Amino acid sequence: MKTVTLRHGKIDLTLHALRDATTGHPLLLLHGRGQRAAATVPDAVATWPGPIWALDFTGHGASTVPKGGGYSVEILMADADHALAHLGAATLLGRGLGAYVALLLAGARPKEVRGAILCDGPGLSGGGPRPVTPTVALPPDTVLGRAPDPFALLELARDVRPPDYATSFVRQATQLSELERPISVCSAERPDWLLAVIEEPGVAVTSLAEALAHYADVARDGQATRQREPRV
Amino acid sequence: MAAPSSSSDPCARSYPGAQAPARRRTVDSGGLAIAVYEWGDASAPPLLLAHGGFDFARTYDVFAPLLAAGGWRVVSWDQRGHGDSEHAALYSWEGDVRDALAVLDSTTREAVPFIGHSKGGSVLTQLADACPHRVTRLVNIDGLPSRTRHPDVAEHERSRLLAKELAGWLDHRRRVKDARRKPGTLEELARRRGRMNPRLPYEWLRYLAGAGAQRDADGWRWKLDPSMRFGGFGPWRPEWTLLRLPGLAVPLLGFLASVSEPMGWDTTEEILRPHLPPDAEIVRPPETGHFLHIERPHEIADRVLRFLA
Repeated sequence: MKTVTLRHGKIDLTLHALRDATTGHPLLLLHGRGQRAAATVPDAVATWPGPIWALDFTGHGASTVPKGGGYSVEILMADADHALAHLGAATLLGRGLGAYVALLLAGARPKEVRGAILCDGPGLSGGGPRPVTPTVALPPDTVLGRAPDPFALLELARDVRPPDYATSFVRQATQLSELERPISVCSAERPDWLLAVIEEPGVAVTSLAEALAHYADVARDGQATRQREPRV
Repeated sequence: MAAPSSSSDPCARSYPGAQAPARRRTVDSGGLAIAVYEWGDASAPPLLLAHGGFDFARTYDVFAPLLAAGGWRVVSWDQRGHGDSEHAALYSWEGDVRDALAVLDSTTREAVPFIGHSKGGSVLTQLADACPHRVTRLVNIDGLPSRTRHPDVAEHERSRLLAKELAGWLDHRRRVKDARRKPGTLEELARRRGRMNPRLPYEWLRYLAGAGAQRDADGWRWKLDPSMRFGGFGPWRPEWTLLRLPGLAVPLLGFLASVSEPMGWDTTEEILRPHLPPDAEIVRPPETGHFLHIERPHEIADRVLRFLA
């Protein structure tokens, strides 16, 4: 399988080509907390008509495991943005933590993200909607340096995800994207941030198969995007 | 005990009252090498002293010796990416708090006073909240939270502002692997720093340059990790930090600046007062900027020593 190394600051990110097609619009898979890129095209996305790529986030899979932790979902968003810089405009499919990252990036790069699909997976809730009692979390250092980074497992289970922070990214995606429906939610789990996201215009609650078909059509049709508003 | 700046080093300068740390050691924090400095008698009771963002421990070369002279073993450190500490791949609030605890653990397992300036004050306030059994008293020098209000802009405009900020930050991250600090002479570095520290004397900034810069083939550079920059964004809200104050279990002494300046927090007593523990003392010296301990080292140190007595 072809892989590409992308340098993000002091981290070498590994981007995997699960299907290295030369034509069609790319689909970028973003894994959940503690996971790594799939080794082959998952059955659930096999219908996608274009290339399929999967990113290992910092501290996960084949990407660099840094020293001393310091993770944030915002830095993972910048990881995914490096993949976007390499691939050009792409549709994002995120699981768990990767779903939240996909949402943030859809708001931050509204022209380049051609739809974000949010699915169940590890780390969908994060640290909840507001801070809890502060603690200093220390992983056992016998496992430091190996992926998944124990600092990532700890810190990416504690990041606060206020609903109105999440919806500010949805609104930005909706206002600045060329897509009528930049966000599709396919998860059964609905933490507070996701419940708020679902209430926003420009967000569809749908199946993964429908969402993939929808963004594949959008990629083919280009200009037709603003007219389409399917309801599921 | 004190090791004054070496007169044989042509780059080092002296500054009235400044003393280099007496001891220097390294602490491992999750694999990162953190540079730790101490002033005062090694057998004196320790206290923890944290510097502000974009500073480094030796910005305490005047203030720390005054505390040491008051009978304390003053333990400070360069935060990750600052001064002589290792440049990290990732920076976060939680990482800084964890590094602070690693320094404290390397010093003592007992409770000690915490003193911090600016971001260092805020980091130690969080550590005091997370580990109430490790702190006896808390001194916060212009690092108490303020409640920054965003201009009341229309939602659509707000999105465009956010978009610009986000895209700017992501663009910065795309370029950050090639980031380097601008080289110059020590005099140029001091003058550049003066733009963010307009109230501090040039001679002081020039002294700092001798301690906080490294010499490369093409000139001197601040040691600070060039990947760090001002600003950024995230879900954190200042009021959440305010809500941590009322429950603090130890006496609190807070200093506030009375003159606004670029690095300042513009915290006011009016904002703080409803959130302060009942016995908190707030001191706001007149005509003083964000770096109170540099503008008025003796006055601030005397006040701190009385509070710790």
